Amino acid sequence: MAVSLIVAVVVLAAGTYAFRLGGVLLRDRLRLPEPVREALPLAAVALLAALAATAALTQGGGFAGIARPAGVLVGTLAAWRKLPFVAVVAIAAVTTALLRLAGVA
Amino acid sequence: MWTLDRALVRDVAALAAASAFVGLSYGAIAVAAGLPVWFVVAMSLLVFAGGAQFIAVGLISAGNPVAAVLAGLLLNARHLPFGLAVADVMGKGWGSRLLGSHLMVDESVAFALAQPDGTRRRRAYWLTGATLFVAWNTGTVAGIALAGSVGDPASFGLDAAFPAGLLALLMTTLRQSRPRRVALVGASVAVLATPLLPAGLPVLLALVGLGARLTERTGRSEGHEIRQKE
Repeated sequence: MAVSLIVAVVVLAAGTYAFRLGGVLLRDRLRLPEPVREALPLAAVALLAALAATAALTQGGGFAGIARPAGVLVGTLAAWRKLPFVAVVAIAAVTTALLRLAGVA
Repeated sequence: MWTLDRALVRDVAALAAASAFVGLSYGAIAVAAGLPVWFVVAMSLLVFAGGAQFIAVGLISAGNPVAAVLAGLLLNARHLPFGLAVADVMGKGWGSRLLGSHLMVDESVAFALAQPDGTRRRRAYWLTGATLFVAWNTGTVAGIALAGSVGDPASFGLDAAFPAGLLALLMTTLRQSRPRRVALVGASVAVLATPLLPAGLPVLLALVGLGARLTERTGRSEGHEIRQKE
């Protein structure tokens, strides 16, 4: 057990770090055409939006229920109305917590 | 300038508090699943990626360390395009690149991209990354210490805090129509693919929509002209 745990953490850490550093170093090595270079922040936006959407709506490959997406939706509306970041996060968490307290999954 | 910095510090502090709580639940859950303390701590220090850590802990405690590593790596593959997007905040020095790469998490990337100019991008990236590293690891240790006595993090609605915070960070960008279209397509593709594909792949699939848009806009040959320099 201990050996497989050591191997698991080392491989996962090394692989993750390789992805992180790899992107940074590749930026210099690759001669990217201008449109691709300009699209890189867009790629990050697409990934982050996909991450937010899947984290908001899904849980273990299925639907996450009502409470979490509802909280995220209210938080997003708050962000759209330009409320401060702190308020957005708090509003989302409190909405979800209150819904669950009221028995909504 | 000072007020801008104060706003940044306040936002990062909120993010750090949320991250510490999620780290706390990670520590508590991992120890409750029977994993040794050194492993739980090493994951937070060395992997430093919440989603991958939760998945890995779940699969290892289910007796499948190989699947744990593969799922974790798949989930973390998004850091490669992240690195391409934010490489400029790390400067040219090896020290700052090696250290800055380890601080690359969803939030530090999103915070950096939300800034209007280079100086503020750099400041936001490093402040967010370093603060979250401390918060995440402190939270992990606290979770290990409190294991068994913390309530279910879901009852505090913390699972809604991460996606809402991420969307708030993206909001400045999402007010422009082109990034908004790209984000909507990417998010839809990822959500629709989630029931069908292993964790991690759906998010990466979000890039496909962008690639298609790019090729359509610039013409085939140009879009594929990614060559290695000698």
